[in-house]
Amino acid sequence: MSIVTVQLGQCGNQIGREVFNSICSDIHGTHGLCSKKENESYRAACKERFFCEEESGVPVARAVLVDMEPKVISQTLAMAARSGCWRYNDGSHFCQKQGSGNNWANGYSVHGPRHKEVIMNLVQKEAEKCDRLGGFFTMMSMAGGTGSGLGAFVTQCLRDAFPTSFILNHVIWPYGTGEVIVQNYNSVLTLSHLYRSSDALLVHENDVIHKICAQLMNIKQISFRDVNQVIAHQLGSVFQPSYPAECGSHYSRNPLGDLMETLVPHPEFKMLGLRNIPQMPENSLAYSTFSWPGLIKHLRQMLIANAKMEEGIDWQVRPPTLGSCSHSTTKPLHFNTSIANLVILRGKDTHSADLGSFQDPSLYTSWLNPQDAFNAWKTPRAFNKYEKSASLVSNSQFLLKHLDSVVGKAWNMFASKAYIHQYMKFGIEEEDFLDSFTALEQVISSYTSL
Amino acid sequence: MTQSVVVQVGQCGNQVGCRFWELALREHAAINKKGIYDEALSSFFRNVDTRGGGDGADIYRGKICSLKARALLIDMEEGVVNEILQGPLRDVFDSKQLITDVSGSGNNWAVGHKLYGCQYQENIVEKLRKTAEHCDCLQCFFIIHSMGGGTGSGLGTFVLKLLEDEFPEVYRFVTSVYPSGEDDVITSPYNSVLAMKELNEHADCVLPIENESLFAIVNKIHQMSNCGKLGSTVKHNSVVTSSRGSAIAAQEKPFDAMNNIVANLLLNLTSSARFDGSLNMDLNEISMNLVPFPRLHYLVSSLTPLYTLADVNVPSRRLDQMFSDAFSRDHQLIQADPKHSLYLACALLVRGNVQVSDLRRNIQRLKPCLHFVSWNQEGWKTSLCSVPPVGHSHSLLALANNTCVKPTFMELRDRFMKLYRKKAHLHHYLHIDGMEQSCFAEAIASLSDLIEEYNELDATKGGPRTDPSRLKIAV
Repeated sequence: MSIVTVQLGQCGNQIGREVFNSICSDIHGTHGLCSKKENESYRAACKERFFCEEESGVPVARAVLVDMEPKVISQTLAMAARSGCWRYNDGSHFCQKQGSGNNWANGYSVHGPRHKEVIMNLVQKEAEKCDRLGGFFTMMSMAGGTGSGLGAFVTQCLRDAFPTSFILNHVIWPYGTGEVIVQNYNSVLTLSHLYRSSDALLVHENDVIHKICAQLMNIKQISFRDVNQVIAHQLGSVFQPSYPAECGSHYSRNPLGDLMETLVPHPEFKMLGLRNIPQMPENSLAYSTFSWPGLIKHLRQMLIANAKMEEGIDWQVRPPTLGSCSHSTTKPLHFNTSIANLVILRGKDTHSADLGSFQDPSLYTSWLNPQDAFNAWKTPRAFNKYEKSASLVSNSQFLLKHLDSVVGKAWNMFASKAYIHQYMKFGIEEEDFLDSFTALEQVISSYTSL
Repeated sequence: MTQSVVVQVGQCGNQVGCRFWELALREHAAINKKGIYDEALSSFFRNVDTRGGGDGADIYRGKICSLKARALLIDMEEGVVNEILQGPLRDVFDSKQLITDVSGSGNNWAVGHKLYGCQYQENIVEKLRKTAEHCDCLQCFFIIHSMGGGTGSGLGTFVLKLLEDEFPEVYRFVTSVYPSGEDDVITSPYNSVLAMKELNEHADCVLPIENESLFAIVNKIHQMSNCGKLGSTVKHNSVVTSSRGSAIAAQEKPFDAMNNIVANLLLNLTSSARFDGSLNMDLNEISMNLVPFPRLHYLVSSLTPLYTLADVNVPSRRLDQMFSDAFSRDHQLIQADPKHSLYLACALLVRGNVQVSDLRRNIQRLKPCLHFVSWNQEGWKTSLCSVPPVGHSHSLLALANNTCVKPTFMELRDRFMKLYRKKAHLHHYLHIDGMEQSCFAEAIASLSDLIEEYNELDATKGGPRTDPSRLKIAV
């Protein structure tokens, strides 16, 4: 099944390009340390999922690019074409001249309705090119005006036009100390609206990725390109083909569907976090060896202690002992409770990897059977030159603290009515803000009481 | 890509404007080696086919034929505009973009605003419409004027009001040069306060500039260039006050150095909208992020570095120094000290070879010494443009919405009251048709209200932070 990607705004487009780059370099780079047959079937599955074959032989990404100003899209199209191994479809982009001015209301209430038809036409065309549509993957940031506001509107339109398709929103959480001053407002409005129409929100935080670049990748002068490449690698490690069942014979035909099924059992809980190990500069790869027990142990502790990367994990945090009756009082602080987890293993000897520790019921809330709460996908085909790599997609309290802090700051600003006149100019009233705040307080409360 | 139109009014406005166009041409010439009319150029220039003589059609693509500035030059006396038309920039302006008269405004706001405003209203609107028609997507008007005189102050603010009426959706950025204490125009306080009322009500963003600050910066650079420290020669075309290296070899006149600073300010402000970068910032984002309440739209600006040294082996310590300088009182373009006042919001527009990690490192470093308002503790707006200005490898423009503008306004009010109490020179204003004593009363009230708003914000500075309680949800 194929996934149609919708790239929205500067961030969405910049990251989208890196994702396709990373996927392409993965399938062309190495033979993936597995048999030729395995490699062939991996490549075929990947190509069907993300690209459309053309007569010229250069694969065309199944993507629609949307932005309210032209500079980023032209750059993105040009860079893709220059790579030589893939490109975007010439007709699948839409841009305007003026941008959204970091104003969510402008993106949602003005640009959205105005350009709905054109954008949805482009999406429809891409969807029709797929033999079987597996769903939509939208990429956006929460801080600006287009990705956030127009992104929320487009997600709603996708839901209306394709009521039975899966929609996964990839959302970038901006740096805590401002890229945009009104980013907290934009984030609150975006999250509350996406929650209604999307199936799940997969979140990447700029601060976290920045730390990974600094401490694990040893990059001295970190640019947005570096950050985007790490994000692309992490996304690739989840969405590249893998076997969903223990003795599966086919690569998963329905990646988005499988993901949703395993991770989103309840519509109140849609926020997914992503962790991927190991992560290191390319030139160190040759000198490093990993073992599955080691990787799995680290990943599990990262889950429990809510660590953002392999370094600095707090090993003191332990899951609560089973049998304790009242959850909230006896649960240790900083322990990250999960609803559901998905681990994806890629590389040598995955069949020998033991994931029993992830099925420990104390990691999960009480209302799901631990057997249902945990799933694993594997493939012997190594990803992007890493001999072994393990990813964790988790529906847990990962993002709770951060969400709470963003809502708190936005509320603080709202109480003084700062910047509200800018949103009212485009039709978002105080009531709309209050609705969004209420929706998110509900989400926070639900996750807190796990 | 969007277009912007520059409206330069009065002697000061036109002189600064002139510097702006020259530096803009220099900047584009340095980047646009192939002479192709591209999107970046189109934001300020039209490409006109002049082969048939006179005003030909606009050419939207291909080679540059003849560049015409998207500008309107307005002055009520002919001297300055004539000089421009006889000078090296004569081909950049169309005769249809000029509005002039002979006798000037006599440093009288009422003459500029009421008399000439009324007289030239139709003419101005028509020319504005014409300029707007040439634009595919007009986003912003930049008005350049001074506050202390008659034309720039009076007619300039009249044009501002017209722009709001005729083009309500286009942003209005005003660069205003405020008079200093020792201004030789006695009635400058009257003119400034009357103009302030208009700025309060009709401008989207105002960038106040004071001559004293510009003068201090010019002196600083002079000292630096002439002190002859071994091994620290200054690259001449990098100096923020010079226009060396522009294709037009002009003789530098007395106010040129100071005006170049303001011209550079405007270039840096629009750079991210014109050129590529990893984190773009368009002009509409400036107003969105930096104006939390409609009337508090006065932004204090600072430009760094002021020059680059010819010495190539510059360690990256210089980069951090650039950020520190942006917050020092010597680099601000008005007499103010933002570090010791309260920030409502701050924007950093970085150009050149600077990455997001440098930006973040410096924000982390500088944050502890700055005071931000309680509801905007992390109020930073940042942008990265990959094209540096001419002669530099990187540069920074900082725009701050800060209560440090308050002293400037308070002084203005004091000077106004000194004259007003004695009713000095009032009769010059009152005998103009449409001008009444109430205009003065309203203007000073408007200024006082503005000062009061800043006072209220200052009162919250350093006080205990009580965050409002959050919404309670029934579980």
